[in-house]
Amino acid sequence: MAMTVSYFAWVRERMGVAEEVIEKPATVATVRELVAWLAERDERGALAFVEPGRIRAAIDGAMVGPDALLGDEVALFPPVTGG
Amino acid sequence: MIRVAVTTDAIDIPAELDIHDAGGHGASASFIGRVRGDGGLVELFLEHHPALTEAGLAELAHVAADRWALSALTLVHRVGAMVPGDSIVLVLASSAHRAEALSATEFLIDRLKTDVMLWKRETFADGRVEWVEPRESDHGRAERWDT
Repeated sequence: MAMTVSYFAWVRERMGVAEEVIEKPATVATVRELVAWLAERDERGALAFVEPGRIRAAIDGAMVGPDALLGDEVALFPPVTGG
Repeated sequence: MIRVAVTTDAIDIPAELDIHDAGGHGASASFIGRVRGDGGLVELFLEHHPALTEAGLAELAHVAADRWALSALTLVHRVGAMVPGDSIVLVLASSAHRAEALSATEFLIDRLKTDVMLWKRETFADGRVEWVEPRESDHGRAERWDT
């Protein structure tokens, strides 16, 4: 199934793109599974997702946990540091 | 009145105060976060999400307005490239009495460090470029408001 994944901050830098449309396998259903799949997919993914515990995600504008189910889009990024 | 903004321009603090104060409030609290030039920092860059950063700020503002009796609330966050001395964030909260205004201001500055899609990148005079890591103490401060 096709879905849009966007990246921010150092995750974006390591992935080399701000956004991409991916064809994810049927076995990838959650944020955690997507991060693991991206880390396996290629070298840039391995670099960006070497520490899955440092990755945060948002779906439809809301911050979600690693077990959240994926839909049409997801944003992946490091812990936020505003303020 | 709730006013939330994300801007690449310098935050015009006198203008924001004028807008905020239009109602004539009993008590107004404010917080201004500025870029520090520690360690030879020459640029602070704030990366943001084109839609979700402002939405996150608006969500926080509404949570504060529901929790405290506020007559006005202003939350302005700058994004993009900044230099030491520039204002990064402005929080203004007003109420009839000081306690609500002060608490709401502290809540907003604590929570926007952990809940809003913003990322700081520092560039130093010697050429180093580093993404800022979140501090454990920031999460501790943000979690105080959960109860």
